[in-house]
Amino acid sequence: MPMLANLWIVLALPLAGAALNGLLGRRWSKSIVNSVAIGAASLAFISAVELVREFFQLAPSGIPWVRSYFTWMTAENFHIDFALQVDQLTVVMLLIVTGVGLLIHIYSAGYMEHEGGYYRYFSYINLFMFFMLTLVMAANLLVLFVGWEGVGLCSYLLIGFWFRKKSAADAGKKAFITTRIGDLAFTVGLLLAFWTFKSLEYQTIFAQAKTMPVEASGQIGVLTAICLLLLGGAVGKSAQLPLYVWLPDAMEGPTPVSALIHAATMVTAGVYMVSRMNILYAHAPIAMMAVAVIGAVTALFAASIGLVQNDIKKVLAYSTVSQLGYMFLACGVGAFGAGVFHLMTHAFFKGLLFLGAGSVIHAMGGEQDMRKMGGLRKQIPVTYWTMFAATLAIAGIPGFSGFFSKDEILFQTFAGPYRNVGLWAVGLLAALMTSFYMFRLLFMTFFGAPRYDGHKIHVHESPKSMTVPLILLAILAVAGGWWALPAMWGGENHFANFLAPVFASAAALAPGVEGEQHSLEMGLTLIASIVALTGLLIAWGFYIRSPHSAEKLAVSLRGLHRLLLHKYYVDELYAFLIVQPLLWMSTNVLWHAVDETVIDGAVNGSATVAQRLGGRLRRIQSGNTRSYASWMVIGAIGVTALLLGVWEWTR
Amino acid sequence: MNGVPIYYFLVLSAVLFGLGVVAFLFKRNIIAIFMSIELMLNAVNLAFVAFSRALGKLDGQVFVFFVIVVAAAEAAVGLGIVINIAHNRRTLNVEQVDLLKF
Repeated sequence: MPMLANLWIVLALPLAGAALNGLLGRRWSKSIVNSVAIGAASLAFISAVELVREFFQLAPSGIPWVRSYFTWMTAENFHIDFALQVDQLTVVMLLIVTGVGLLIHIYSAGYMEHEGGYYRYFSYINLFMFFMLTLVMAANLLVLFVGWEGVGLCSYLLIGFWFRKKSAADAGKKAFITTRIGDLAFTVGLLLAFWTFKSLEYQTIFAQAKTMPVEASGQIGVLTAICLLLLGGAVGKSAQLPLYVWLPDAMEGPTPVSALIHAATMVTAGVYMVSRMNILYAHAPIAMMAVAVIGAVTALFAASIGLVQNDIKKVLAYSTVSQLGYMFLACGVGAFGAGVFHLMTHAFFKGLLFLGAGSVIHAMGGEQDMRKMGGLRKQIPVTYWTMFAATLAIAGIPGFSGFFSKDEILFQTFAGPYRNVGLWAVGLLAALMTSFYMFRLLFMTFFGAPRYDGHKIHVHESPKSMTVPLILLAILAVAGGWWALPAMWGGENHFANFLAPVFASAAALAPGVEGEQHSLEMGLTLIASIVALTGLLIAWGFYIRSPHSAEKLAVSLRGLHRLLLHKYYVDELYAFLIVQPLLWMSTNVLWHAVDETVIDGAVNGSATVAQRLGGRLRRIQSGNTRSYASWMVIGAIGVTALLLGVWEWTR
Repeated sequence: MNGVPIYYFLVLSAVLFGLGVVAFLFKRNIIAIFMSIELMLNAVNLAFVAFSRALGKLDGQVFVFFVIVVAAAEAAVGLGIVINIAHNRRTLNVEQVDLLKF
């Protein structure tokens, strides 16, 4: 079991790649830089695969496999090891992070070919992989937090990769600060968890939580408080309401970064964390409800914004926020397995969509506005077909991966242990919108007449290094769901069974669901499929059959269209409610009042006192030797008197 | 000599030192001030020697040699300064040498 015994190797490989490129890459040629980075990523992928192979040979009693490497810090009864663990959930995340990560590394080699800072880019993206792997392999909350903050750092660095562009630098800062608000809650949650359980090790926490009573709904006990605080962190990291605002802006970064960090992996960290803590959430019904409501509302909210955006990456960004909402909804209704399943299929199809969008942008020479595209189907067939597959998957067209995962979530929301028909309806409406805006994207980009100047823009298919990852991801986006074929399709849902041990104790607490529900599930699936196809048809009607009808509708519903186009004015609202008051307070209170009067006053005041005092004292230096001599004699007499006095006194 | 008690020497030494201090403070001529310093040094030497004899140890006499050496060095440097002052200022009145001040 060489890999299981040395879990750290998986982490060390991308870290080594990042260090090599970061320290030496400046002098290397592009081919050396990308072979180091891709080499590190592929070795990490290979070792992850080997790890998984060995994992399957473990006896169930040996899971989770925990390895502690060194004592990180200890202070009285506070003791933290740098410890890693592997269980079924880790295995899924490991394969997603290293697998999708590797494909995106390869893609980046082609996409970033003409960009400056090549070595910097690959160093950051390797570093990101290191931190993401730390996050998913951590065996205690503090190591998870290291990974959590580390991926946030890499996200900041990569969003602001073109830091000479002000909007990119601002977007990086916005992402960092917004997630920091959530992380404050997360940190408090960590402290509260330590205070409650006297440990941050997963296994210790879970063992203790199992024995605690489930908190009644309507009661905010310590477990509910911990769960809500941790949820705060997840809301920031996974871009949920109300902290989602950074993710659309994060599209300022290079497109492969959007694919890897802001679609496939980092933003799913919140979902991973909630799933990891499933036993705590199962004890806290209010927190579960909060997760479900935030998820469902975010899914609908972001999808509705996505309906009218014209920037191809913005559509995908809002779509990501919306799909993350689905994952939270799944966790909130106790279907953690379904949430993680959607996380996986989403990593495939959304990663693919972003890479496809990157390929389109590459082909269009940097154009991101879909109104200036159109008819690209023939010129870039590989991109078209792979994006088509991903669109089918995300829209939930039967047979594709997204269909199975989204269907599972909707089914669990309707009929699962924590069912809620209202949230199901919200989810269904979001599904309709998803289908519509994705086909809108596809039709606007690839169908109809070209709306760009063919003489100026030479449309060309991307190089092999970009199309091969597209094709591989397309295969996964199509077939990735077949692994989890639900029972009613004659499958066994291997995915859910595989993850079941991780969620077993939470599932044991859930209210029972009576009997076989295949007919109900069949009915719900039918509804979901009809909804997905309806979305497709509406998009077809608006953008293919009568291309100008969409504009007419936009004009007749001007108010609503404006509201959506301006993203419900949330950025403006936040600017008015939070940013402006903060700026005002910083300027008028902290700067002009505190800094200028109190701090500067203290500094200048002490200088003035010293100056005045010195002004008086310097009179002593009269230049008259005899006065110096007098001072000396007085001093000598004084010292002598003092000594004699002390001597007398001690006797 | 054997019969002379130590406090005779100490009183003499104190008187000499006191004269030196007074002269040091009230004389205006730099050379006179210089001489008063020598007087104070020698008062101290006298006290050293007296103690050395009374205690039967040589330490005091060793100190005296040090003091004499330092006094010689000081006289060399000090007289050099005095000559320069006399050259530049055409006076040896200490009250008129007061340029170095605030």
